[in-house]
Amino acid sequence: MLGNIIILALREIRRNVLRSFLTILGIIIGVAAVITMVTVGGSATAQIQQQIASMGSNLLMVMPGKRMGAGMEAGNVLFKEDDAVAIARDINSIAAVAPVSTRSLQAIFGNQNWTTQVTGSDNVFIGITNRAVKTGRQFTDNELRSGAAVCILGETVKTKLFGGQDAVGEKIRLQKLSCEVLGILEPKGQNTMGMDQDDVVIIPLKTLQRRVTGNQDVGVLYVSVSNNASTEKVQQELSVLMRERRHLSPSDDDNFNVMDMKEIAKMLTSTTQLLTALLSAVAAVSLLVGGIGIMNIMLVSVTERTREIGTRLAIGALEREVLLQFLIEAVVLSSLGGLLGIVLAMASSVLLTAVLNVPFIFNGSIIIISFLFSAAVGVIFGYMPAKKAARLNPIDALRYE
Amino acid sequence: MSSLSTSQPLTRAEGAIIELSGVSKVYGQGRAAMQALAGVDLRIDPGDFVAVMGPSGSGKSTCLNIIGCLDVPSSGAHYFEGVDVGKLSHNQRALLRRHYLGFIFQGFNLLNRTSALENVELPLVYRGLPAPQRHERAQQALVAVGLQGWERHTPGELSGGQQQRVAIARAIVAGPVVVLADEPTGNLDSARSREIMEILTELNRKQGITIVMITHESDIAAYANRTIHFRDGHIERTEHNGGKV
Ligand SMILES: Nc1ncnc2c1ncn2[C@@H]1O[C@H](COP(=O)(O)OP(=O)(O)OP(=O)(O)O)[C@@H](O)[C@H]1O
Ligand SMILES: [Mg+2]
Repeated sequence: MLGNIIILALREIRRNVLRSFLTILGIIIGVAAVITMVTVGGSATAQIQQQIASMGSNLLMVMPGKRMGAGMEAGNVLFKEDDAVAIARDINSIAAVAPVSTRSLQAIFGNQNWTTQVTGSDNVFIGITNRAVKTGRQFTDNELRSGAAVCILGETVKTKLFGGQDAVGEKIRLQKLSCEVLGILEPKGQNTMGMDQDDVVIIPLKTLQRRVTGNQDVGVLYVSVSNNASTEKVQQELSVLMRERRHLSPSDDDNFNVMDMKEIAKMLTSTTQLLTALLSAVAAVSLLVGGIGIMNIMLVSVTERTREIGTRLAIGALEREVLLQFLIEAVVLSSLGGLLGIVLAMASSVLLTAVLNVPFIFNGSIIIISFLFSAAVGVIFGYMPAKKAARLNPIDALRYE
Repeated sequence: MSSLSTSQPLTRAEGAIIELSGVSKVYGQGRAAMQALAGVDLRIDPGDFVAVMGPSGSGKSTCLNIIGCLDVPSSGAHYFEGVDVGKLSHNQRALLRRHYLGFIFQGFNLLNRTSALENVELPLVYRGLPAPQRHERAQQALVAVGLQGWERHTPGELSGGQQQRVAIARAIVAGPVVVLADEPTGNLDSARSREIMEILTELNRKQGITIVMITHESDIAAYANRTIHFRDGHIERTEHNGGKV
């Protein structure tokens, strides 16, 4: 008997191609939207967390200016190399300090040119920003002290200027400065803000100051806190020390600020998570809309289906046989829609993560949840009208309008 | 031609296949209430062929629907082979329809977009017959109503008369004990009507199937053994046809 009922259900699906198609479509769209949003969002969050891990442990940045973002104000008092020395000397629990200044310059090699961030610093900077020299070598103390015309290239700059060619030992021009390429950095990828961390040229700070900016200023101090020390405490001590060195009275505001890179990264993570949650909510709405679409189709066809139920009952079908048929129809359509939705979601997730340049991370639970939800929607809305009709006297079902 | 008043209540007689006793049917409630049947007493023996006539709205279809267990009376008793149908459950009535009754509806009630063969097969599906037997018997039923070659056509592709014949094939395919027909020739010209009536007469004569048939035409009613005349929800008179045709 079950076999016969299954045949009846499949016949009904095949006969009503449009109705079946619309039902499936509603489920496909809902399921695919939810899975795609959650998977892509999850992948983006995971990537940010990866980037935090790669950023270097316990990195603080001391920047001139009052608050984050206000650094562009004119009249900011910049740092000197002495500040870096003082910090390293006066504050405990500090692993390393790197004074950093940057300029955006055009790098030229042969007929290739590329505008990039030229960073004046030292080997410590390379270490605490979790970089490493892949080919070639770091700066020597002598080169750092004397401000030699040497540089280390990020992967992006190397590729733009040299392509596949060997760069170490060649000379590139940075504005008027001609400098020798000592080494190439290990690629690092994008940072949490989506900036290319390999689009960089590192030269000794002295070289930048003397040959490019023409002053002794230092833009940012990178401070790496020892592993077991509290970042908050160091942050406070840094604040006290800098106020002292800048002769600020207690009533004055700080004219510098100390940023914890981890904090920023965490903020970004939570922003991404919030965004993911929002997108997922939008997706959930689309799942719901898909569900309502299914409901509509079912309700529109309820007159015809009620008559059909009346006919079946009149011919001698039992209530439960009619219901079983409708249940099978609903389950088959919903699962088919759900499965197609999952396939579509996987394809679009892989595509989207590739476009957004984030790693694809498979999320099994959202697949199961959205599949079950859509199946429930399909089954409930496919089944409920039948449930009502199958209880009627056949003649009332046949007369239904 | 003799007529007989049946207004006096019948006692339950042994051997009747269908028996209605004081059956009334009221549609709606209060001021909108509409009395479709007002105390119908009727007894039909196995193998009988009964025609039902009467003006439109006199309660013929309502009565046939009750006999066919598609509807329940508001009051009164309905027996089928001595079983009190009023005491049966929804499911038991469905089983009674499945195994004993074949219904030809006034409006056919075929499944849309479904081939003639599949429509005719449907009662056999619910009887749990395996597919090969189903096909064979449905095919035979279609041949019996002269529809060979039309098996694959859906109701939308068939004329009214052909749909009527599909409905007849569906009603007889499972070998019912009683066939109930609501204006089976209502949509047909006289030649087609005669064909249909020959099919029904043969079912009645050769297979002993009891037939209750509503019609508006007295020459169609003349195929039956007797004609029951309805008026305003009750049986006005019964007319015996005394071996005509
Ligand atoms: N579902 C219903 N709800 C309300 N009134 C109904 C319903 N079905 C039938 N009636 C009323 O009951 C009365 C009897 O209807 P019925 O269909 O039995 O008539 P009939 O004799 O078959 O007529 P016809 O020859 O036109 O088919 C009619 O007045 C009709 O309006
Ligand atoms: Mg009628």
